[in-house]
Amino acid sequence: MNPMTDMQSLIPILPELVLACGAMLLLMLGVYAGEGASRFVNGLCILLLVAVGACVVLLPGGRAVLFGGSFVVDDFARFLKLLMLTGSAGTLILSLDYLTSEKLQKFEFGVLVLLATLGMMLLISASDLIALYLGLELMSLPLYVIAASNRDNARSTEAGLKYFVLGALSSGMLLYGASLIYGFTGTVNFTGIAAATKGGASIGLIFGLVFLFAGFCFKVSAVPFHMWTPDVYEGAPTPVTAFFAAAPKVAGIAIFVRATVVAFPGITHSWQQIVVFVALASMVLGAFAAIGQKNIKRLMAYSSIGHMGFALVGLAAGTAEGVQGVLVYMSIYVVMTLATFACIISMRRDGVAVETISDLAGLARTKPAMAFFFAMLLFSLAGIPPLAGFFAKFYVFLAAIKAGLYVLAVVGVLASVIGAYYYLLIIKVMYFDEPARPFDSMPFLLRLVLGVGGILNIVFFVYPAPLLGAATVAAKSLF
Amino acid sequence: MNWPVLSVVTFLPLLGALLIMLMVRCNGELAKGTARWVAMWTTLVTFAISLVMVQRFDASSAEFQFAEKHDWLGVASYHMGVDGISLPFVILTTALMPICILASWTSIQKRVKEYMIAFLVLETLMIGTFSALDLVLFYLFFEGGLIPMFLIIGVWGGQRRVYASFKFFLYTLAGSVLMLLAIMAMYWEAGTTDIPALLKHGFPVGLQTWAWLAFFASFAVKMPMWPVHTWLPDAHVEAPTAGSVILAAILLKMGGYGFLRFSLPMFPVASHDFTPLVYTMSVVAIIYTSLVALMQEDVKKLIAYSSVAHMGFVTMGIFAATTQGVSGAVFQMISHGIVSGALFLCVGVVYDRMHTREIAFYGGLVTRMPLYAMIFLVFTLANVGLPGTSGFVGEFLSLIGTFKTNIPVASLATIGVILSAAYALWLYRKMIFGTLKPALEGIRDIGLREAVIFAPLVILTILFGVAPKPVLDMSATSIAQLLDGYNKAIGVKTATTQSAPVTALEARIIPVSVAR
Repeated sequence: MNPMTDMQSLIPILPELVLACGAMLLLMLGVYAGEGASRFVNGLCILLLVAVGACVVLLPGGRAVLFGGSFVVDDFARFLKLLMLTGSAGTLILSLDYLTSEKLQKFEFGVLVLLATLGMMLLISASDLIALYLGLELMSLPLYVIAASNRDNARSTEAGLKYFVLGALSSGMLLYGASLIYGFTGTVNFTGIAAATKGGASIGLIFGLVFLFAGFCFKVSAVPFHMWTPDVYEGAPTPVTAFFAAAPKVAGIAIFVRATVVAFPGITHSWQQIVVFVALASMVLGAFAAIGQKNIKRLMAYSSIGHMGFALVGLAAGTAEGVQGVLVYMSIYVVMTLATFACIISMRRDGVAVETISDLAGLARTKPAMAFFFAMLLFSLAGIPPLAGFFAKFYVFLAAIKAGLYVLAVVGVLASVIGAYYYLLIIKVMYFDEPARPFDSMPFLLRLVLGVGGILNIVFFVYPAPLLGAATVAAKSLF
Repeated sequence: MNWPVLSVVTFLPLLGALLIMLMVRCNGELAKGTARWVAMWTTLVTFAISLVMVQRFDASSAEFQFAEKHDWLGVASYHMGVDGISLPFVILTTALMPICILASWTSIQKRVKEYMIAFLVLETLMIGTFSALDLVLFYLFFEGGLIPMFLIIGVWGGQRRVYASFKFFLYTLAGSVLMLLAIMAMYWEAGTTDIPALLKHGFPVGLQTWAWLAFFASFAVKMPMWPVHTWLPDAHVEAPTAGSVILAAILLKMGGYGFLRFSLPMFPVASHDFTPLVYTMSVVAIIYTSLVALMQEDVKKLIAYSSVAHMGFVTMGIFAATTQGVSGAVFQMISHGIVSGALFLCVGVVYDRMHTREIAFYGGLVTRMPLYAMIFLVFTLANVGLPGTSGFVGEFLSLIGTFKTNIPVASLATIGVILSAAYALWLYRKMIFGTLKPALEGIRDIGLREAVIFAPLVILTILFGVAPKPVLDMSATSIAQLLDGYNKAIGVKTATTQSAPVTALEARIIPVSVAR
C-alpha cells in the first residue's frame, strides 16, 4: 500500500495525534525546564487544547471510520469533542491562579489533564468495545492521579484512593459486561452487535448490558453508582473538582449514548427501562440529598448527580430528539458548571480557600457582580426560564414526552422543583443574609470565565439557533 | 408606521434596567436618585407607548393585533400579539408600574438600584406573559417572573421574608412545571406551539383532560384558588408595598388570563367537564376565605384573603362560560387590579409612618388624616362592590353570568358579597373611626407624592364604576369569539341570548345600578 494514502487515511484522527504528541512534548518541556516553568507549561496546555479544538473544527466534515471500524469520526463525535475540550481548557484556565496560590503549581497537572482529555477523545469516537475500554482507562488513570494531586492533604489523597478503588471496580464490571456481550454476539464492533441483536436479545446479553451500563453509570456518577462523587468532589482540589464535573461527564455521556443507540437499537425497550430507572433515581436522589449539604463542593456533587439524571432522560427516549436533548443539555451544563466553579474557586478569604455555603453570606453587597452572575447560574441550574438551564431541561423532557415516558417526565419535573429549593438556599444566603467578611478580589482569569459563562447563560435565549442546529445535526449522525 | 410597538412596550423596561445596571455604579444618594428617575421615566414612557396601542387597537376584530413573528427555537417562534382579552392587562401593567415606582420613592432606602432593576425586569416579563402568542414564549415570561419577585420579597420584605419568598417560589414553580409537560404533549399532538394555530386545533378528549388538569395546576396556584392559596397571604404580608401591589394587581391576573387564553378555548370539553370542580373551589374560596379575612389581625393579610375571595368570583365567571360571566371576570380582574393595588398602597401609607400593620394598633385615623380616610373609603367600598364603583360591575356581571347556568352556585357566591362588606367595613371602622389611639397623635395626612399616586386610581375606580363601557367594549369581540368556539365544541346550540352583544348588556346593567 502506498504510504501516502496510509497517511491520508489518518487525517481524521489528526486532533488526537496533535494532542498526544503535544502532551509528550509538554511533558519533556516540563521535565527539562523544572518547577519554575510549571505555570508556563500549564498555560501552553491550554493553547494546545485550543489548537486541538481548531483541528476538530477545520478538518473536513462527514463520517470517517478508521482502524477496522473501531474508531469513528462523525458529527456527534465532533460536537462532543469540542464540548469536552471546552470543559478541559476551561478548567485549566480556572486552575492557573488557584494552583499558584495553593502552592500546587506542577507541570504534571496540565499534562495529566491533557492525557485524560486524549482518553476522552478516544472514548467519544470509540466504536467497538475494545476502543471503548482503552479510551476509558486512558481517561481514568490520569483522573485518579489528579484527584490526589494535593498529596499532603488527607482529604485529597483519600479522594484519589477512593476514586481509584471504586473506579477499578467499575472498570472490572464494564469489562465483564463487554466480555459477555462479545460472548453472546460474537463481535465487539457496535454495528456488528446491532446486527446480532436485531431480532431481540438473549438473557446473557442482557446481563452483559447491565454490567456495561454499571460501568457507564459509574463514570457519569448516576445513581446507584454515585457513591464516590460527593467524597471525591469534596476532597479533590477545587479546579480538579471542576474538571471532574465538566469534561469526563461529557465523555461518559457520549459513550453511554453512542453505545446504547448504535449497538443496541434492536432491544431498545430492554435498555430503556434501565436508563429510565437510572435517570429517575439520579434526579430524585440529587434533589433530596443536596438539601442538607453545608459544603458547596459536596452540594455541587449532588447537583451534578441530579443533572446527569436529567441528561439521561433524553437518552431514555431513545430517539434522535432525545439525543439532541442530551447534547443541548450537556453543552449548557458544561458552561454553567465552569462558570459556577469560577465562583467557587474565588471563594477565598485572606488567601485561604473557604467552601461552606454560609461563607457566601451577603455576597450581593460585598461583591454584587459576582453574586448576580452566581445567582443567575443557580437559577439556571434549577431550570428557571429564561436562563439557559431551562432550555436544557426543555429539550430532554420534550423528547421524553414524545416517547411516551410520562411518569419519568412528571417525576423529573417535580424533582427539579425540589432541586430548586437548595439552589434557592444559596441565593438566599447571598442576597437575604447579612454580609460576612468580603472575599479576596477575584483574579482576572476567573472573572473571564465567570463573565463569559454567566453572560452566555443569561442571553442564550436571545439566539439559541446555532447550538440547537449543531445538536440536531450531531444527533442525526447516530441514526 | 410599522415599528414593532408591542416589542418596544415589552422590552423597553428591560432596557431601562440595563441602563440602571450599567450607569449607576456607586450606592450614594445621587445614585439612588438616578436609579429612581431612570425607572420612573422608563415606566412612564412605556405607559405612553402602550396608550398608542389602545388608540390603534381595532376592537371590532377578534384577531390578534400588533402581531410580530420571528424564528426563535426550532420548536417555538417569537410570536407576539394582543387581542381584546390581553390588551386590558397589558395596559393595567404599564399603568400601575409608574405608580409602584412612585410608591417606593421614599419607603425603599436600601439597595435602591437593585430594587428598580428587579421591578423593571418584572414589568417586561409581565407584559410578555400577556402578549406572548407562543406557548413556550408564554411559559418563559410566565416563569421568569418568579426570579425578580422572589428577590423583591426576599430582599426588601418584612420579618418572615425568607419563608414567604421560598413558599411563593416553590408553590408557583411546582404548579407550572406540570403545565410545561402539557405544553410539550400539545406540541407533539398539534405540531406547533403557536397559540393562534392551537386555538383552531381540536385536541382529542383524553389529552384535553390531562392537559386541562396540568394547566389548572399552574393557574390555580397563580390565581390563587382555594386550597392552594396559602402562599398568597404570606407573600403579601412580607412583600414591600409595591411588591404587594404588583402581586395582587397583575401576577394574580396571569392565572385568570391563562384560563381564558388556554383552558377554555383549547380544552373546551375538559373545561366543561371540570366546571363543577371549579365552581366548588370558587364558592369555597369566596365564602371560606371571606370568613378567614374576618379573623385577621394584620391589615395586609386581610386584604390578601379578600383577594382570594375576589378571584373566586373571577374563576366562577370564567367557567360559567356565558358572555356576561366572562366579561364580568375580565372586568373584575381589571377592577381588582386597581382596587386591591390601591388598598395595598393605602396600607403602605400608614405602614411607612408607623411601621406596623396590626389592625388593633390603628383607630380614629379620620381625625388626623381626613383625606386618607376618604381615599381609603373609596377603595373599601369598591372592594365591597358598591354600585358606582368598578368593583360592582365585575362582581355583578360574573354573578348574573353564573346565575344563568347554575343558580345554587350563584346564590352561594352572593353570600360572599355580604361577607366582603362585613370584613371590609369592619376593617374601615377599626382603623379610621373610633377614638384616636395616643400613638397616632402625630401622624401626618397624605402628602403630595401620595396624592399623585392615589388620584388616578380613585378616578379610574369611579370612572369604570359609572362607565364600564370602554373596557367591556375592548374585550367584547374577542370574548364572543372565544365563547362561540367553546359552545360549538361542547355541542351546545348557541342561544341568541348568550351571544348578545355586550353593548346591549351594558344598556341593561346601567339602569340596575342607578335603580339601586
